[in-house]
Amino acid sequence: MKAFKNPLLSLLALIAVGFVFSFGFNSYIQLIVLFAAVNCLLAMSLNLVNGYTGQFSLGHAGFMAIGAYFTAYASTKWNFMPESLRFVEFFLFAIGAGLMAAVAGFLVGLPSLRLKGDYLAIVTLGFGEIIRVTLLNMDFLGGPRGYSGIPSFGSFIYSFSFASVWLLICFFAIWRVMHSTYGRGFLSVREDEIAAESMGINTTRMKVRAFVMSSFFAGVAGALYAHFTNFISPSSFTFLQSVNAVIMVVLGGMGSMTGSIVAAILITALPEALRPLQDLTGVDLRMVIYSLALILVMILRPKGIFGESEITDLWRKYVRRSS
Amino acid sequence: MQDFIQHIINGISLGSIYALIALGYTMVYGILKMINFAHADVYMIGAFVAYYAARLMGLETSPGVFTLILLLVVAMFFCSLLGLTIERFAYRPLRKAPKLNILITAIGVSLFLQYSAQVVFGADPKVFPEVMNDFVLFSIGAIEIKSFDVTVLIVSVLAMLALQFLIFKTKLGKAMRAVSANSSVASLMGVNPDKIIAFTFVVGSCLAAIGSILVGMKYPKIDPLMGMMIGMKAFVAAVLGGIGNVGGAVLGALIMGLSEEMVVAYISSTYRDAFAFGILIVILIFRPAGILGKYTVEKV
Repeated sequence: MKAFKNPLLSLLALIAVGFVFSFGFNSYIQLIVLFAAVNCLLAMSLNLVNGYTGQFSLGHAGFMAIGAYFTAYASTKWNFMPESLRFVEFFLFAIGAGLMAAVAGFLVGLPSLRLKGDYLAIVTLGFGEIIRVTLLNMDFLGGPRGYSGIPSFGSFIYSFSFASVWLLICFFAIWRVMHSTYGRGFLSVREDEIAAESMGINTTRMKVRAFVMSSFFAGVAGALYAHFTNFISPSSFTFLQSVNAVIMVVLGGMGSMTGSIVAAILITALPEALRPLQDLTGVDLRMVIYSLALILVMILRPKGIFGESEITDLWRKYVRRSS
Repeated sequence: MQDFIQHIINGISLGSIYALIALGYTMVYGILKMINFAHADVYMIGAFVAYYAARLMGLETSPGVFTLILLLVVAMFFCSLLGLTIERFAYRPLRKAPKLNILITAIGVSLFLQYSAQVVFGADPKVFPEVMNDFVLFSIGAIEIKSFDVTVLIVSVLAMLALQFLIFKTKLGKAMRAVSANSSVASLMGVNPDKIIAFTFVVGSCLAAIGSILVGMKYPKIDPLMGMMIGMKAFVAAVLGGIGNVGGAVLGALIMGLSEEMVVAYISSTYRDAFAFGILIVILIFRPAGILGKYTVEKV
C-alpha cells in the first residue's frame, strides 16, 4: 500500500493497466475505460465540495461544459506547437480549461455559497442550466448543433496516459490538501458551520476555495471528455450529468477519495454491462435497473460503499482482523 | 398593447398550472424538509393515465365538462396511489437519514419513473385526447379569451381553494401544520406523523394529476420526459415564493408564468429556461428565504 502514496509509482501502475487494455480489448471497451477516467476526475473533484466541505452542488456539468468548450475552441483554432509536441499543447489547453472553469466557479460560488443545503443545490443547478443555455445561444461555438472536429490523441494508450496524469494530479492535490491543516478547515465547515465560524474560520472563504478547486478539475474533466469524444454539444452537459456526478460521490461515500473512484468506475460500467440484457429482452431496461439500484443502495447502505474511509483503511482493518 | 394583455392572459394561465405543481413541492417540503424530485414524474404518469383512460373508455370522441371531471378523478386516484407507494417504499425507510441521501433517493425515484415509463409507454410522444372544445369564449377588441384559459383558471383556483380549506379549516389540516412545525411534539399530542405524511403525499399527487390534465389539454403532446422541465420550473416557483408557504407557491408560480411568457414574446424563446433560473438566483441572493418565506436564524 506504500505505492499508493508515491505518485510516480502510481502513474507507472496506471500506464501498465492502460497497456493491458490497449492490447487485450476492443475499442468499445477502451472508450468505456476513457469515460471511466473522466468520471473519476469528475467524482473526485465534486467530492471536495460535496464530500469534504459538505456543500451540495448540482451544477458540476456546467463547469465541465466550460472546460470542454474552451479546449474544443482552443485546439481547433490555435496551433503553435509542431505536430510531435501536440500533447504539450493539449496539456496547456487542459490547464486553460481548468482555469476558465475555476473563474466561473469563483463567480458562481462567491454569491451563492452564502446559501445552505437545498437552496444551494437549486442555485447551482440554476447556474448549470444558465451556462448550458448560454452555450446553446453562442453561434461561434456551434450553438445547438454542437462543436465537432475536436482533435483527439490518436491511440488509446496515449489518451489513457494523458488521463492518468490528470487523475493523479487531481488525486494527490486533493489528498494533500485534505491531509493538511488547511484541509481541516474544509472538514470543519462540513461538521458544524457555526462552531467552525466561532473558531475563527471564515466559512464562506473556505467554501469558495473548495468550490474553485473543484471546478478547476471539473473543467479539466470536460477538456478530456471533449478530446475523447471529438464532439460536444450543450446536450452533453445537462442536469442529468450533474446528477450522475453527485451519485458517484454519494455512492462511493462522502469524503472518501478512493470510494469516489470505485463508484465512478462502477457507474460508468454498470449501464454498459447491462446492455446484453437489452438485446435479450428487446426493451431498454438498463436505466430502470440503474435507478432502482441507486434507491436500494441509499436505503440499505446510506453512507455509500466506503463511508468516510478509504480503500486502504478497509485493507488495513482486514489485515488486522486476520492476523 | 393588445398583444401585451394577451400575453398577460396566457401568462396567468400558465402560471396557474405551475402553481398546482409547485403546491405539491411546497407541501412535501413544508412537512418533510425534502425536495421531492419525483413529483414531476407523478405528474407525467398522471398525464399518461388520463391518456389511456380516455382511450379505454372511448372518451376521445366526446369532449366536454363531464369528460374533464371523469379524467380528473381517474388520474387523481392513480396518482395518489403512486404517491403513497413512493412515500412508503422509498422515503419512509430514510426518514432519519441525512438530507443528501433523501435527495439522492428522490432523484433515483424520479429516474426510475421516467425510464420505466419509457419502457412501458414507449419513448415517442403521444397526442393527448381532446378533453374539451377550444373556442373563443368572448373577445374584447383583438384580445381573445379562450375556453381553455378559463377552464384552467377555474379548475386550478378551485383546487387551491380546496387546499386552503383543507389546511386551515379541517382537523387534518391542523395535524399537517402541527407535523410541519415539529413532528416529534405533534406525535406526543396524539398525531400520527406517518399517516399525516402519507396524506400529504396523496394531496400533492392529486394536485399534480390535476396539473397534468390541464397541461395535456393546453399543450396536447405527452412523453415520458415531459415532467422534467415543468417540474424544475414549478420547483423554482416554490422556492421563489418561499418554500413551505402555500401562498408563496402560488405567487411564485404566477411570477414564473408571466415572466416566461414575456421572455418568449419580447426577448427570445431559447432564453426561456435560463431566465427562470436567473430570477431565482437574484431573489435567493437578496432574500434567501424567498419572497414570502420567513428567514430563520440558526441557533446553537
